[in-house]
Amino acid sequence: MTNLKIGENTYTCDSEETVLDSLLRQDVDISYACKKGTCHSCMVRCIDGQPPVESQGDLKDTLKSQNYFLACLCIPNLDMTIRLPEQSELYSEGKVVANEMLNRNTILLIVECRDILEYKAGQFVNLQRQDGLTRSYSIANTPQQSKTLEFHIRRLPGGQFSEWVHDQLKVGDTVAVSEPKGHCFYIPERKEQGILLVGTGSGLAPLVGILTDALEHGHSGPIHLFHGSREKEDLYRVDEMRALSEKHPNFSYTPCISGVDVPSGFKKGRANTVALETISDLKGWRVFLCGHPNMISEMKTQVFLKGVSIADIYTDAFLVSTET
Amino acid sequence: MSESKSESLFDKIGGEAAVDAAVELFYRKVLADHRINRFFDNTNMEEQAAKQKAFLTMAFGGPNNYSGQDMREGHAHLVKRGLDDSHFDAVMEHLEATLVELNVPADLIAEVAAIAESTRADVLGK
Ligand code: HEM
Repeated sequence: MTNLKIGENTYTCDSEETVLDSLLRQDVDISYACKKGTCHSCMVRCIDGQPPVESQGDLKDTLKSQNYFLACLCIPNLDMTIRLPEQSELYSEGKVVANEMLNRNTILLIVECRDILEYKAGQFVNLQRQDGLTRSYSIANTPQQSKTLEFHIRRLPGGQFSEWVHDQLKVGDTVAVSEPKGHCFYIPERKEQGILLVGTGSGLAPLVGILTDALEHGHSGPIHLFHGSREKEDLYRVDEMRALSEKHPNFSYTPCISGVDVPSGFKKGRANTVALETISDLKGWRVFLCGHPNMISEMKTQVFLKGVSIADIYTDAFLVSTET
Repeated sequence: MSESKSESLFDKIGGEAAVDAAVELFYRKVLADHRINRFFDNTNMEEQAAKQKAFLTMAFGGPNNYSGQDMREGHAHLVKRGLDDSHFDAVMEHLEATLVELNVPADLIAEVAAIAESTRADVLGK
Protein backbone atom coordinates (compact mmCIF):
# COMPACT_ATOMS: atom_id res chain seq x y z
CA MET A 1 0.00 0.00 0.00
CA THR A 2 1.20 3.51 -0.79
CA ASN A 3 0.12 6.98 0.30
CA LEU A 4 -1.08 9.73 -2.02
CA LYS A 5 -0.73 13.28 -0.78
CA ILE A 6 -2.87 16.03 -2.24
CA GLY A 7 -2.61 19.39 -0.55
CA GLU A 8 -3.25 18.83 3.16
CA ASN A 9 -4.84 15.41 2.69
CA THR A 10 -3.40 11.92 2.49
CA TYR A 11 -5.16 9.03 0.76
CA THR A 12 -4.28 5.35 0.66
CA CYS A 13 -3.73 3.41 -2.52
CA ASP A 14 -3.96 -0.40 -2.40
CA SER A 15 -1.27 -2.46 -4.05
CA GLU A 16 -3.19 -3.32 -7.23
CA GLU A 17 -5.20 -0.11 -7.34
CA THR A 18 -4.77 2.79 -9.76
CA VAL A 19 -4.45 6.34 -8.48
CA LEU A 20 -7.77 7.17 -10.14
CA ASP A 21 -9.65 4.28 -8.50
CA SER A 22 -8.14 5.08 -5.14
CA LEU A 23 -9.14 8.74 -5.30
CA LEU A 24 -12.65 7.95 -6.53
CA ARG A 25 -13.05 5.39 -3.73
CA GLN A 26 -12.12 8.10 -1.25
CA ASP A 27 -14.50 10.65 -2.75
CA VAL A 28 -11.94 12.96 -4.28
CA ASP A 29 -13.49 15.08 -7.01
CA ILE A 30 -11.34 14.26 -10.04
CA SER A 31 -12.37 14.37 -13.68
CA TYR A 32 -12.07 11.19 -15.73
CA ALA A 33 -13.75 9.41 -18.63
CA CYS A 34 -12.29 6.41 -20.48
CA LYS A 35 -10.20 4.88 -17.66
CA LYS A 36 -7.82 3.39 -20.18
CA GLY A 37 -5.35 6.11 -21.06
CA THR A 38 -6.91 7.44 -24.24
CA CYS A 39 -8.92 10.50 -23.27
CA HIS A 40 -6.40 12.22 -20.95
CA SER A 41 -9.24 13.60 -18.78
CA CYS A 42 -7.60 12.40 -15.58
CA MET A 43 -4.19 13.94 -16.21
CA VAL A 44 -2.56 15.05 -12.96
CA ARG A 45 0.94 16.00 -11.94
CA CYS A 46 3.40 14.39 -9.55
CA ILE A 47 5.25 17.17 -7.72
CA ASP A 48 7.77 15.19 -5.71
CA GLY A 49 9.46 13.03 -8.31
CA GLN A 50 8.86 10.98 -11.42
CA PRO A 51 5.69 8.94 -11.85
CA PRO A 52 5.97 5.36 -13.20
CA VAL A 53 6.83 5.49 -16.92
CA GLU A 54 3.82 3.42 -17.97
CA SER A 55 1.48 5.93 -16.32
CA GLN A 56 2.51 8.59 -18.82
CA GLY A 57 0.95 6.70 -21.75
CA ASP A 58 1.08 8.70 -24.96
CA LEU A 59 1.31 12.14 -23.35
CA LYS A 60 3.37 14.76 -25.15
CA ASP A 61 7.07 14.79 -24.33
CA THR A 62 6.73 18.25 -22.80
CA LEU A 63 4.12 16.98 -20.36
CA LYS A 64 6.13 13.86 -19.52
CA SER A 65 9.15 15.98 -18.68
CA GLN A 66 7.04 17.93 -16.18
CA ASN A 67 5.95 14.67 -14.47
CA TYR A 68 2.36 14.78 -15.64
CA PHE A 69 0.72 11.36 -15.75
CA LEU A 70 -2.65 9.67 -16.21
CA ALA A 71 -4.23 8.69 -12.89
CA CYS A 72 -6.08 5.81 -14.57
CA LEU A 73 -2.82 4.17 -15.73
CA CYS A 74 -0.86 4.71 -12.54
CA ILE A 75 -0.30 1.97 -9.98
CA PRO A 76 2.19 3.71 -7.70
CA ASN A 77 5.22 1.88 -6.35
CA LEU A 78 6.19 4.74 -4.00
CA ASP A 79 4.32 7.40 -2.05
CA MET A 80 3.43 10.32 -4.29
CA THR A 81 2.49 13.96 -3.85
CA ILE A 82 -0.02 14.92 -6.51
CA ARG A 83 -1.39 18.16 -7.86
CA LEU A 84 -4.89 18.09 -9.34
CA PRO A 85 -5.66 20.55 -12.15
CA GLU A 86 -8.50 22.13 -10.14
CA GLN A 87 -6.32 23.00 -7.19
CA SER A 88 -6.00 26.71 -6.59
CA GLU A 89 -2.85 28.12 -8.07
CA LEU A 90 0.08 29.74 -6.35
CA TYR A 91 1.12 33.26 -7.20
CA SER A 92 4.37 34.99 -6.49
CA GLU A 93 5.12 38.67 -6.57
CA GLY A 94 6.64 40.00 -9.77
CA LYS A 95 8.27 43.36 -10.23
CA VAL A 96 8.19 45.26 -13.51
CA VAL A 97 11.77 46.04 -14.55
CA ALA A 98 11.14 47.38 -18.04
CA ASN A 99 8.38 48.21 -20.49
CA GLU A 100 8.62 49.56 -24.02
CA MET A 101 6.52 49.57 -27.16
CA LEU A 102 7.36 46.89 -29.74
CA ASN A 103 5.05 48.37 -32.35
CA ARG A 104 1.98 50.60 -32.38
CA ASN A 105 -0.15 48.29 -30.23
CA THR A 106 2.08 45.76 -28.48
CA ILE A 107 4.15 46.43 -25.40
CA LEU A 108 7.14 44.46 -24.10
CA LEU A 109 6.81 43.89 -20.37
CA ILE A 110 9.79 42.53 -18.43
CA VAL A 111 9.12 41.14 -14.96
CA GLU A 112 11.39 39.83 -12.25
CA CYS A 113 10.05 37.08 -10.00
CA ARG A 114 10.94 34.16 -7.74
CA ASP A 115 11.57 30.52 -8.79
CA ILE A 116 12.54 31.75 -12.23
CA LEU A 117 14.15 28.41 -13.17
CA GLU A 118 10.72 26.75 -13.15
CA TYR A 119 9.58 28.79 -16.14
CA LYS A 120 10.14 27.74 -19.74
CA ALA A 121 10.11 29.83 -22.90
CA GLY A 122 6.78 29.37 -24.67
CA GLN A 123 4.79 28.37 -21.59
CA PHE A 124 2.27 30.86 -20.27
CA VAL A 125 1.46 32.35 -16.88
CA ASN A 126 -1.47 34.18 -15.41
CA LEU A 127 -0.71 37.77 -14.52
CA GLN A 128 -2.93 39.23 -11.84
CA ARG A 129 -3.71 42.79 -10.84
CA GLN A 130 -4.21 43.65 -7.15
CA ASP A 131 -8.02 43.53 -7.51
CA GLY A 132 -7.88 39.99 -8.90
CA LEU A 133 -8.25 40.78 -12.62
CA THR A 134 -6.29 38.03 -14.38
CA ARG A 135 -5.08 37.32 -17.93
CA SER A 136 -2.77 34.73 -19.49
CA TYR A 137 0.39 35.69 -21.36
CA SER A 138 3.14 33.64 -22.97
CA ILE A 139 6.78 33.74 -21.96
CA ALA A 140 8.81 35.27 -24.80
CA ASN A 141 12.35 34.74 -23.54
CA THR A 142 14.50 32.04 -21.95
CA PRO A 143 14.15 32.90 -18.24
CA GLN A 144 17.10 30.67 -17.26
CA GLN A 145 19.45 33.05 -19.07
CA SER A 146 18.02 36.46 -18.29
CA LYS A 147 16.50 35.75 -14.84
CA THR A 148 13.41 37.67 -15.91
CA LEU A 149 10.15 36.94 -17.72
CA GLU A 150 9.25 38.78 -20.92
CA PHE A 151 5.71 39.23 -22.26
CA HIS A 152 4.35 40.84 -25.42
CA ILE A 153 1.06 42.42 -24.51
CA ARG A 154 -1.16 43.66 -27.24
CA ARG A 155 -3.66 46.40 -26.49
CA LEU A 156 -7.13 44.98 -27.07
CA PRO A 157 -9.75 47.70 -27.50
CA GLY A 158 -11.82 47.63 -24.32
CA GLY A 159 -9.54 44.97 -22.82
CA GLN A 160 -9.33 45.93 -19.15
CA PHE A 161 -6.09 44.17 -18.37
CA SER A 162 -4.15 45.13 -21.48
CA GLU A 163 -5.25 48.76 -21.19
CA TRP A 164 -4.08 48.79 -17.59
CA VAL A 165 -0.68 47.38 -18.61
CA HIS A 166 -0.34 49.89 -21.43
CA ASP A 167 -1.65 52.99 -19.66
CA GLN A 168 -0.83 52.58 -15.99
CA LEU A 169 1.64 49.86 -15.09
CA LYS A 170 5.08 51.40 -14.53
CA VAL A 171 8.60 50.20 -13.90
CA GLY A 172 8.89 49.32 -10.22
CA ASP A 173 5.21 48.34 -9.89
CA THR A 174 4.25 44.84 -8.85
CA VAL A 175 2.07 42.28 -10.59
CA ALA A 176 1.29 38.77 -9.33
CA VAL A 177 2.71 35.95 -11.47
CA SER A 178 1.26 32.41 -11.45
CA GLU A 179 3.21 29.21 -11.84
CA PRO A 180 4.11 28.34 -15.45
CA LYS A 181 1.46 26.48 -17.43
CA GLY A 182 1.03 24.75 -20.73
CA HIS A 183 3.06 22.39 -22.82
CA CYS A 184 4.00 24.60 -25.75
CA PHE A 185 7.78 24.67 -25.33
CA TYR A 186 11.03 23.26 -26.72
CA ILE A 187 12.44 19.93 -25.59
CA PRO A 188 16.14 19.47 -26.39
CA GLU A 189 15.69 16.11 -28.12
CA ARG A 190 15.80 15.05 -31.77
CA LYS A 191 17.90 18.10 -32.54
CA GLU A 192 18.05 17.28 -36.24
CA GLN A 193 14.28 17.52 -36.55
CA GLY A 194 12.79 20.34 -38.64
CA ILE A 195 10.86 22.93 -36.63
CA LEU A 196 8.06 25.03 -38.08
CA LEU A 197 6.93 28.10 -36.11
CA VAL A 198 3.81 29.93 -37.27
CA GLY A 199 2.32 32.86 -35.40
CA THR A 200 -0.03 35.79 -35.87
CA GLY A 201 0.17 39.09 -34.01
CA SER A 202 1.54 38.77 -30.49
CA GLY A 203 1.59 34.99 -31.08
CA LEU A 204 5.20 35.80 -31.88
CA ALA A 205 5.89 35.89 -28.13
CA PRO A 206 5.98 32.16 -27.37
CA LEU A 207 7.58 31.47 -30.75
CA VAL A 208 10.50 33.82 -30.12
CA GLY A 209 10.96 32.15 -26.74
CA ILE A 210 10.92 28.67 -28.28
CA LEU A 211 13.24 29.77 -31.09
CA THR A 212 15.76 31.25 -28.68
CA ASP A 213 15.63 28.13 -26.55
CA ALA A 214 16.16 25.85 -29.56
CA LEU A 215 19.11 27.89 -30.86
CA GLU A 216 20.69 28.05 -27.40
CA HIS A 217 20.43 24.26 -27.21
CA GLY A 218 22.21 23.95 -30.53
CA HIS A 219 19.23 22.63 -32.47
CA SER A 220 20.72 21.58 -35.81
CA GLY A 221 17.64 20.90 -37.96
CA PRO A 222 16.05 23.62 -40.10
CA ILE A 223 13.91 26.12 -38.16
CA HIS A 224 11.40 28.22 -40.12
CA LEU A 225 9.52 31.10 -38.56
CA PHE A 226 6.50 32.65 -40.29
CA HIS A 227 5.05 35.69 -38.56
CA GLY A 228 1.94 37.28 -39.97
CA SER A 229 -0.43 40.17 -39.54
CA ARG A 230 -2.62 42.28 -41.75
CA GLU A 231 -0.39 45.34 -41.88
CA LYS A 232 3.33 45.84 -41.62
CA GLU A 233 2.87 48.10 -38.60
CA ASP A 234 1.51 45.16 -36.59
CA LEU A 235 4.60 43.02 -37.08
CA TYR A 236 7.58 43.60 -34.80
CA ARG A 237 11.16 42.45 -34.17
CA VAL A 238 11.52 42.19 -37.95
CA ASP A 239 15.11 43.45 -38.02
CA GLU A 240 16.13 41.33 -35.03
CA MET A 241 14.71 38.20 -36.66
CA ARG A 242 16.48 38.99 -39.94
CA ALA A 243 19.76 39.47 -38.08
CA LEU A 244 19.24 36.18 -36.27
CA SER A 245 18.69 34.36 -39.55
CA GLU A 246 21.99 35.75 -40.89
CA LYS A 247 23.77 34.49 -37.82
CA HIS A 248 22.20 31.00 -37.83
CA PRO A 249 22.25 29.30 -41.24
CA ASN A 250 19.60 26.77 -40.17
CA PHE A 251 17.13 29.49 -39.17
CA SER A 252 14.97 31.28 -41.72
CA TYR A 253 12.41 33.99 -41.13
CA THR A 254 9.48 35.08 -43.27
CA PRO A 255 7.36 38.07 -42.27
CA CYS A 256 3.94 37.84 -43.94
CA ILE A 257 1.29 40.47 -44.59
CA SER A 258 -2.28 39.50 -45.42
CA GLY A 259 -3.40 43.04 -46.34
CA VAL A 260 -2.98 44.77 -49.69
CA ASP A 261 0.08 46.88 -48.99
CA VAL A 262 3.08 44.54 -49.09
CA PRO A 263 6.50 46.22 -49.20
CA SER A 264 9.50 44.35 -50.55
CA GLY A 265 11.10 41.94 -48.10
CA PHE A 266 7.66 40.75 -46.96
CA LYS A 267 5.55 37.88 -48.30
CA LYS A 268 1.98 38.47 -49.32
CA GLY A 269 -0.60 36.22 -47.67
CA ARG A 270 -1.48 34.71 -44.35
CA ALA A 271 1.44 33.27 -42.40
CA ASN A 272 -0.02 29.75 -42.36
CA THR A 273 -0.73 29.75 -46.11
CA VAL A 274 2.72 31.07 -46.95
CA ALA A 275 4.29 28.44 -44.68
CA LEU A 276 2.46 25.61 -46.44
CA GLU A 277 3.45 26.96 -49.86
CA THR A 278 7.08 27.27 -48.80
CA ILE A 279 7.64 23.89 -47.17
CA SER A 280 6.22 21.01 -49.18
CA ASP A 281 7.03 18.03 -47.00
CA LEU A 282 6.60 18.26 -43.24
CA LYS A 283 6.97 14.59 -42.48
CA GLY A 284 8.72 14.18 -39.13
CA TRP A 285 8.66 17.91 -38.28
CA ARG A 286 7.81 19.53 -34.99
CA VAL A 287 5.28 22.33 -35.33
CA PHE A 288 4.36 25.23 -33.05
CA LEU A 289 1.25 27.31 -33.83
CA CYS A 290 0.42 30.41 -31.80
CA GLY A 291 -2.08 33.19 -32.20
CA HIS A 292 -5.49 33.39 -33.82
CA PRO A 293 -7.69 30.37 -32.93
CA ASN A 294 -9.00 29.99 -36.50
CA MET A 295 -5.50 29.97 -37.93
CA ILE A 296 -4.52 27.31 -35.41
CA SER A 297 -7.38 24.90 -36.00
CA GLU A 298 -7.09 25.21 -39.77
CA MET A 299 -3.32 24.84 -39.76
CA LYS A 300 -3.34 21.92 -37.35
CA THR A 301 -5.26 19.82 -39.84
CA GLN A 302 -3.13 21.02 -42.76
CA VAL A 303 0.21 20.13 -41.15
CA PHE A 304 -1.18 16.79 -40.03
CA LEU A 305 -2.18 16.06 -43.63
CA LYS A 306 1.34 17.01 -44.69
CA GLY A 307 2.78 14.30 -42.47
CA VAL A 308 3.28 15.82 -39.01
CA SER A 309 2.38 13.50 -36.12
CA ILE A 310 -0.35 14.74 -33.79
CA ALA A 311 2.05 14.43 -30.83
CA ASP A 312 4.47 16.80 -32.57
CA ILE A 313 1.96 19.63 -32.95
CA TYR A 314 2.05 22.22 -30.17
CA THR A 315 -0.50 25.02 -30.08
CA ASP A 316 -1.34 28.10 -28.08
CA ALA A 317 -4.51 29.94 -29.05
CA PHE A 318 -4.80 33.58 -28.09
CA LEU A 319 -7.71 35.69 -27.14
CA VAL A 320 -8.30 38.07 -30.02
CA SER A 321 -10.05 41.35 -30.48
CA THR A 322 -12.92 41.76 -32.92
CA GLU A 323 -10.54 43.15 -35.52
CA THR A 324 -7.57 40.92 -36.34
CA MET B 1 -2.54 -23.08 -44.11
CA SER B 2 -1.98 -24.07 -40.51
CA GLU B 3 -4.33 -22.81 -37.86
CA SER B 4 -2.65 -21.52 -34.75
CA LYS B 5 -5.03 -21.26 -31.86
CA SER B 6 -2.76 -19.33 -29.56
CA GLU B 7 -2.16 -16.31 -31.77
CA SER B 8 -5.13 -14.09 -32.51
CA LEU B 9 -5.53 -11.91 -35.58
CA PHE B 10 -4.74 -8.90 -33.39
CA ASP B 11 -1.42 -10.42 -32.28
CA LYS B 12 -0.52 -11.50 -35.82
CA ILE B 13 -0.94 -7.95 -37.09
CA GLY B 14 1.26 -6.65 -34.32
CA GLY B 15 -1.11 -5.73 -31.49
CA GLU B 16 -1.34 -2.29 -30.04
CA ALA B 17 1.88 -1.13 -31.71
CA ALA B 18 0.30 -1.86 -35.09
CA VAL B 19 -2.78 0.12 -34.15
CA ASP B 20 -0.59 3.04 -33.12
CA ALA B 21 1.26 2.90 -36.41
CA ALA B 22 -1.98 2.71 -38.35
CA VAL B 23 -4.02 5.36 -36.61
CA GLU B 24 -2.38 8.46 -38.08
CA LEU B 25 -2.02 6.95 -41.56
CA PHE B 26 -5.69 6.05 -41.55
CA TYR B 27 -6.96 9.30 -40.06
CA ARG B 28 -4.90 11.30 -42.59
CA LYS B 29 -6.53 9.42 -45.47
CA VAL B 30 -9.99 9.98 -44.04
CA LEU B 31 -9.47 13.72 -43.49
CA ALA B 32 -8.10 14.15 -46.99
CA ASP B 33 -11.09 12.40 -48.60
CA HIS B 34 -13.76 14.88 -49.65
CA ARG B 35 -16.37 12.14 -49.91
CA ILE B 36 -16.35 11.54 -46.18
CA ASN B 37 -14.34 14.13 -44.25
CA ARG B 38 -17.43 16.18 -43.42
CA PHE B 39 -18.45 13.42 -41.00
CA PHE B 40 -15.26 13.78 -39.03
CA ASP B 41 -15.22 16.82 -36.82
CA ASN B 42 -11.62 18.01 -36.68
CA THR B 43 -11.98 20.55 -33.88
CA ASN B 44 -10.35 18.16 -31.46
CA MET B 45 -7.90 16.02 -33.37
CA GLU B 46 -6.57 14.22 -30.31
CA GLU B 47 -10.05 13.05 -29.40
CA GLN B 48 -10.87 12.03 -32.97
CA ALA B 49 -7.60 10.11 -33.21
CA ALA B 50 -8.55 8.26 -30.01
CA LYS B 51 -11.85 7.27 -31.63
CA GLN B 52 -10.09 6.09 -34.77
CA LYS B 53 -7.88 4.05 -32.51
CA ALA B 54 -10.96 2.39 -31.04
CA PHE B 55 -12.20 1.69 -34.57
CA LEU B 56 -8.92 0.13 -35.69
CA THR B 57 -8.52 -1.95 -32.54
CA MET B 58 -11.95 -3.38 -33.17
CA ALA B 59 -11.30 -4.05 -36.87
CA PHE B 60 -7.98 -5.70 -36.04
CA GLY B 61 -9.84 -8.15 -33.81
CA GLY B 62 -8.41 -6.60 -30.67
CA PRO B 63 -9.95 -6.27 -27.21
CA ASN B 64 -13.01 -4.02 -27.21
CA ASN B 65 -16.39 -3.74 -25.57
CA TYR B 66 -18.45 -2.55 -28.52
CA SER B 67 -21.67 -4.39 -29.32
CA GLY B 68 -23.60 -4.16 -32.56
CA GLN B 69 -26.04 -1.96 -30.70
CA ASP B 70 -23.19 0.40 -29.71
CA MET B 71 -22.16 0.69 -33.36
CA ARG B 72 -25.74 1.44 -34.33
CA GLU B 73 -26.12 4.14 -31.68
CA GLY B 74 -22.61 5.50 -32.17
CA HIS B 75 -23.19 6.21 -35.86
CA ALA B 76 -26.90 7.10 -35.75
CA HIS B 77 -26.17 10.83 -35.79
CA LEU B 78 -24.11 10.30 -38.95
CA VAL B 79 -26.84 8.25 -40.64
CA LYS B 80 -29.17 11.19 -40.01
CA ARG B 81 -26.67 13.35 -41.86
CA GLY B 82 -26.71 11.03 -44.86
CA LEU B 83 -24.19 8.28 -44.09
CA ASP B 84 -24.70 5.49 -46.63
CA ASP B 85 -23.01 2.54 -48.37
CA SER B 86 -20.80 4.76 -50.52
CA HIS B 87 -19.26 6.30 -47.39
CA PHE B 88 -18.86 2.91 -45.80
CA ASP B 89 -17.04 1.70 -48.93
CA ALA B 90 -14.71 4.70 -48.76
CA VAL B 91 -13.76 3.87 -45.17
CA MET B 92 -13.13 0.24 -46.19
CA GLU B 93 -10.86 1.50 -48.96
CA HIS B 94 -8.78 3.57 -46.54
CA LEU B 95 -8.62 0.77 -44.02
CA GLU B 96 -7.22 -1.62 -46.61
CA ALA B 97 -4.83 0.96 -48.08
CA THR B 98 -3.47 1.69 -44.60
CA LEU B 99 -2.74 -1.98 -44.01
CA VAL B 100 -1.07 -2.35 -47.40
CA GLU B 101 1.13 0.62 -46.54
CA LEU B 102 2.13 -1.13 -43.30
CA ASN B 103 3.04 -4.29 -45.24
CA VAL B 104 0.41 -6.43 -43.56
CA PRO B 105 0.05 -9.72 -45.51
CA ALA B 106 -2.98 -9.97 -47.80
CA ASP B 107 -4.64 -12.84 -45.94
CA LEU B 108 -4.65 -10.83 -42.70
CA ILE B 109 -5.99 -7.76 -44.51
CA ALA B 110 -8.84 -9.92 -45.76
CA GLU B 111 -9.64 -10.95 -42.19
CA VAL B 112 -9.67 -7.33 -41.01
CA ALA B 113 -11.89 -6.35 -43.92
CA ALA B 114 -14.30 -9.13 -43.02
CA ILE B 115 -14.60 -7.90 -39.42
CA ALA B 116 -15.23 -4.32 -40.53
CA GLU B 117 -17.67 -5.48 -43.22
CA SER B 118 -19.65 -7.43 -40.62
CA THR B 119 -20.61 -4.15 -38.92
CA ARG B 120 -22.08 -2.57 -42.08
CA ALA B 121 -25.75 -3.04 -41.22
CA ASP B 122 -25.28 -1.68 -37.71
CA VAL B 123 -23.12 1.27 -38.71
CA LEU B 124 -25.57 2.26 -41.45
CA GLY B 125 -28.58 1.67 -39.21
CA LYS B 126 -30.22 -0.85 -41.53
C1 HEM C 1 -16.26 0.07 -41.12
C2 HEM C 1 -16.99 -0.12 -40.03
C3 HEM C 1 -16.92 0.84 -38.87
C4 HEM C 1 -16.59 0.52 -37.60
C5 HEM C 1 -16.23 -0.86 -37.06
C6 HEM C 1 -16.57 1.74 -36.84
C7 HEM C 1 -16.24 1.83 -35.50
C8 HEM C 1 -16.21 2.99 -34.77
C9 HEM C 1 -15.85 3.07 -33.39
C10 HEM C 1 -15.41 1.91 -32.51
C11 HEM C 1 -15.93 4.37 -33.02
C12 HEM C 1 -15.62 4.96 -31.66
C13 HEM C 1 -16.86 5.16 -30.85
C14 HEM C 1 -16.55 5.79 -29.53
O1 HEM C 1 -16.03 5.10 -28.65
O2 HEM C 1 -16.84 6.98 -29.40
C15 HEM C 1 -16.36 5.11 -34.18
C16 HEM C 1 -16.56 6.46 -34.21
C17 HEM C 1 -16.80 7.17 -35.36
N1 HEM C 1 -17.02 6.66 -36.62
FE1 HEM C 1 -17.05 4.74 -37.12
N2 HEM C 1 -16.93 2.77 -37.67
C18 HEM C 1 -17.14 2.28 -38.91
C19 HEM C 1 -17.50 2.98 -40.05
C20 HEM C 1 -17.62 4.35 -40.10
C21 HEM C 1 -17.94 5.10 -41.29
C22 HEM C 1 -18.26 4.49 -42.66
C23 HEM C 1 -17.92 6.43 -40.94
C24 HEM C 1 -18.15 7.67 -41.77
C25 HEM C 1 -17.78 7.82 -43.02
C26 HEM C 1 -17.58 6.49 -39.54
C27 HEM C 1 -17.47 7.64 -38.82
C28 HEM C 1 -17.20 7.72 -37.47
C29 HEM C 1 -17.11 8.97 -36.75
C30 HEM C 1 -17.26 10.37 -37.32
C31 HEM C 1 -16.87 8.62 -35.41
C32 HEM C 1 -16.71 9.59 -34.26
C33 HEM C 1 -18.07 9.87 -33.71
C34 HEM C 1 -18.15 11.11 -32.91
O3 HEM C 1 -17.29 11.98 -33.01
O4 HEM C 1 -19.14 11.22 -32.19
N3 HEM C 1 -17.42 5.22 -39.07
N4 HEM C 1 -16.53 4.25 -35.23
